[in-house]
Amino acid sequence: MSIRGKAFIAGIYEHPCRGAADKTLAQLHAEIAKAALADAGLSMGDVDAYFCAGDAPGLGPLNMIEYLGLQNVRHMDSTETGGSSYLVHVNHAAQAIAAGHCNIALITLAGRPLADAKEGKSGRFHNTEAPDFPFEAPFGANVANMYAMCAKRHMHEFGTTSEQLAWIKVAASHHAQYNENARLRNIVTVDEVLASPMIADPLHRLDCCVITDGGGGLVVVSEAVARGLRRPLVKVLGAGEAPKHLSAGRVDLTFSGARWSGLKAFEEAGVTAKDIKYASIYDSFTITVLETIEDLGFCEKGAGGRFVSDGNLISGVGRLPFNTDGGGLCNNHPGNRGGMTKVIEAVRQVRGEAHPRVQVPDCDIALAHGTGGLLGSRMGSATLVLGHQDA
Amino acid sequence: MSNLNKIKRRVVTNAENKSFWKAAGQGQLMVGFCNACGQNHYYPRSMCPICYSTDTGLKETSGLGQIYSFAVTRQADPPYIIAYVTLDEGVTMLTNIVDCDAGALCIGQRVRVHFVEAEDGCAIPMFTPL
Ligand SMILES: [Zn+2]
Repeated sequence: MSIRGKAFIAGIYEHPCRGAADKTLAQLHAEIAKAALADAGLSMGDVDAYFCAGDAPGLGPLNMIEYLGLQNVRHMDSTETGGSSYLVHVNHAAQAIAAGHCNIALITLAGRPLADAKEGKSGRFHNTEAPDFPFEAPFGANVANMYAMCAKRHMHEFGTTSEQLAWIKVAASHHAQYNENARLRNIVTVDEVLASPMIADPLHRLDCCVITDGGGGLVVVSEAVARGLRRPLVKVLGAGEAPKHLSAGRVDLTFSGARWSGLKAFEEAGVTAKDIKYASIYDSFTITVLETIEDLGFCEKGAGGRFVSDGNLISGVGRLPFNTDGGGLCNNHPGNRGGMTKVIEAVRQVRGEAHPRVQVPDCDIALAHGTGGLLGSRMGSATLVLGHQDA
Repeated sequence: MSNLNKIKRRVVTNAENKSFWKAAGQGQLMVGFCNACGQNHYYPRSMCPICYSTDTGLKETSGLGQIYSFAVTRQADPPYIIAYVTLDEGVTMLTNIVDCDAGALCIGQRVRVHFVEAEDGCAIPMFTPL
């Protein structure tokens, strides 16, 4: 069953905080839930489906539905694919709505890695029972060096350069200057990216996303509910999700699961990369963006370096305006999970509610993409194609 | 370039992987091997991830391969080199490159396994340039 046109994103909320030392994790979820519903013109009592991922405390939906006081939930989903979870949730919510299981789905994300670190809580979750753990942990595998190896291999095979990767950060910074909540608002240059300290060769500090506390929420509703709300409606046109892993040792780090999730989402939406006016691309690191842009078909595999250069991702300047909120690279990467904010900014663009300096004119079709887990080993890729209500 | 013995490195052994680590302790680098389909896999598993047979075991490798990719982890003190090495037996494994000039390393470079003793006494298969 296709979900095309079966569900609408009626409510969005991005928590303005970037540090949450004074709030609990559950409290952040609650503030987000209430505000996302208010944005849709709905309230807690209307919710009949609740979605959360591994960032939620306890057993996820069970603890959160109780804490939030939700009384009418008849559908729950705690799908966990890391930072892409929330795009998968939109897909699953649309499927559940299409199947008649629910009408008003609430999705929340919250995290407080900065506050946790200050409180001495272990921010990183290591599951020593994971079968791969004994074969990776002894070598000092971490987030940065696992992405760095993808960049290194991409450079080797396709001649991609650090300057080209830096352009991705430069474009994000041009957008972040207009976002008063952005963690980093200063415009940076290619030279400044290259001069920032090397974290894991060839990735510099400014090739990495920010670390922030906060979160965000979405409300996905059926067409019947959507038509009764006095809000701009954003239609879910298509969705795709795909795992990618190390394939028993047949390793290829030059592409991501976006190759498959994107194909599925485009097919369902009945559009191609050429139809996309705006793209939210998961940007844990600059290399994440570069590989994803290729895998989604915005350019040929290997041509990503040339594609992202010279401001081609800057709204009003280039061919593919991306992450106009400043993205994870400059604005917000709450709880080390960037998928939620990717959907939120794509919705703002389709609504015409992005900052006027970065709003894409006539943005009738937009894309959001998430990459959970690690580009350098196993990942959950998820793609959404969103459109204006008449798309 | 880096003294890996100073970095905390422990191995989590279990019923499924203990024979791999035992062989490592005897200086042998093993990969998973499936008697049903004849293919190697890494990391080793009790059920073949290619044909799903449970008629699996370990196969000793030559300990030789080439660097698929690598990254010098500079935020660590001391810095260390993480890498994927493609073994001559066809599978690619996560590892470290040690006893080398980081500036001279390159993708495609031939390397040989070099076991480094972990904190807990386990031998960890790292690689050094030929
Ligand atoms: Zn087999």
